[in-house]
Amino acid sequence: MAMENILSFLGAALRLSTPLIYACLAGLWSERAGVIDVGLEGKMLAGAFAGAAVAALTGDVGIGLAAAVAASMTLAAAQGFVEVERGGDQIVCGMAVNMIGAGVTAFVGAALFAEGGRTPALPREARVLPFVWGQDALTLGAFGVAAITAFILYRTRFGLRLRAAGENPRALDAAGGSVRATRHAAVAVCGLLCGLSGADLSLAQAAGFLPAMTAGKGFIALAALVFAKWRPGAALATCLLFGGLDAAAIRMEGAPLPFLGVIPTQAFQALPYLMTVVLLAGFVGGARPPAAAGQPYRRE
Amino acid sequence: MRSCFPLALLVVARLAAPALGAEIKPAIVYDLGGKFDKSFNEGAFRGGERFTAETGVALRDFEIQNDAQREQALRRFARDGASPVIAVGFSHAAALDKVARDFPQTPFAIVDMVVDRPNVKSIVFREHEGSYLVGLLAAMASKSGKIGFVGGMDIPLIRKFACGYRQGARRANPGVEIFENMTGVTGAAWADPVKGGELARAQIDRGADVIYQAAGGTGIGVLRAAADAGKLGVGTDANQNGLFPGHVLTSMLKRVDNAVIRAFSTARAGTWTSGVESLGLREEGVGWALDDNNRGLVTPAMKDAADRAVDAIVSGDIVVHDYMADSRCPP
Repeated sequence: MAMENILSFLGAALRLSTPLIYACLAGLWSERAGVIDVGLEGKMLAGAFAGAAVAALTGDVGIGLAAAVAASMTLAAAQGFVEVERGGDQIVCGMAVNMIGAGVTAFVGAALFAEGGRTPALPREARVLPFVWGQDALTLGAFGVAAITAFILYRTRFGLRLRAAGENPRALDAAGGSVRATRHAAVAVCGLLCGLSGADLSLAQAAGFLPAMTAGKGFIALAALVFAKWRPGAALATCLLFGGLDAAAIRMEGAPLPFLGVIPTQAFQALPYLMTVVLLAGFVGGARPPAAAGQPYRRE
Repeated sequence: MRSCFPLALLVVARLAAPALGAEIKPAIVYDLGGKFDKSFNEGAFRGGERFTAETGVALRDFEIQNDAQREQALRRFARDGASPVIAVGFSHAAALDKVARDFPQTPFAIVDMVVDRPNVKSIVFREHEGSYLVGLLAAMASKSGKIGFVGGMDIPLIRKFACGYRQGARRANPGVEIFENMTGVTGAAWADPVKGGELARAQIDRGADVIYQAAGGTGIGVLRAAADAGKLGVGTDANQNGLFPGHVLTSMLKRVDNAVIRAFSTARAGTWTSGVESLGLREEGVGWALDDNNRGLVTPAMKDAADRAVDAIVSGDIVVHDYMADSRCPP
């Protein structure tokens, strides 16, 4: 019984971590290249909606996944155009993406399906189904993406350029690399991963889209990114920790603990944010973002 | 001065209109989610639609897109002479309180909330009675003797659902084990199907095989998780039996449509009254759903028990405790 409980808890922790891992790595790609992205949530919503809507219309999960990625990457491309080409403010642009994501999905959803912005419940063949131990391909893929991210970032020439674009774009420029192209590529990958994160929500974990179904996960992923100090391995671990907390909250809620009694749900829900603040303040030392993050680059 | 004259005439005409026995001009303001939400907004819309079909009286309605539009929409309908104006959803309370004060001659109604104004009819449902029925059915359908409840936002209204469910389940099987979870404490708790699904899975892992949801959009995730695991869900508000046919035991119905028709009809007949109107089993304001999607799941014995419980509650032989009366639930 106890063993079963632990397995059930771990399974839930993995599932709940998955969208966070994709979103957190998405933020990592963008920010390590010097482009702050507070618009993860908006792109996730766009991906979740496009994925569910297209899967509902075509009944094919593969086309749904492709649509999720395409929608999110389209938003990322727009963001990249404003931020990289035009030197627009990255925070403002990210917030705009969040608003577009929240508004357009609900609006188009209501117009298409007339169910208050929802998509119809997806049939089994239009969903990403679990195949091993209650986990699906997207969850397993998240670990792969983390490994690939770490490899590219630290072991390839492109990774070096990407980090240079975030730390010292002038040096990259002087060395003959293109800050512009590097940042565009990073933002595109960010869009791709946000799309997968959203698709995981609407195609794997839930069977359909619901307005605002990301429920702040894009922002928790940002907190995880800071907590992990912009490193891929730590990002993976942090997201697993946050997912684990979420799974624990679900199992602890209403169940009395020895000595403590019943802990209110709010305490668990606040934990990821609380931990980020407390640990960053005192225990793991300061988190330093990439030096050029948030600054549009202009050649002189 | 001269330019004011037509305006004054218009005002006089407006004031005179009701005295001439003109037809009512009913209006509905829906809550966020819109009139096709497959839930209580849609119930209100269907009620209005039926009223229009039966009487030929045109209905005006408005779907708000954000909280700021609540007051604007109510005010605009009142200013345009709409009467009565029905606000669907408890979130309209603050806005309606203000607007009702500014338009004391206009009859208003609010669904799911009490607004204490002389010109406001407050339509509330005795959800605990409907929840009692589905609790009874859930405990009878359960093979493991363990059933679950997943609520949306942790508010007294949802505790009331849980409490009625608990009482019904205990009546059918005093030894039944009941798991109760709330999704969260903010509005986001109504729209998180992922968390709803996980809450349901956690309950299923602990042995629950029937799970009742009162969690709005989050509840879709609950029903889906139950269906995926080969267990049973129980829907709320609208008839959700068809969402996962064969995997939804029944739905606790809140007949917002009946409430809306009733309100409009009394207004038309001139028998409109303000104050609290409580709709339960007796008034057919709540109920449980039986249709082709769940006929195979409900045994004759279960149907019989539910029918008897309905009679007993209507006649007053069974009094289902209302959590909101004293903020506690009998064990």
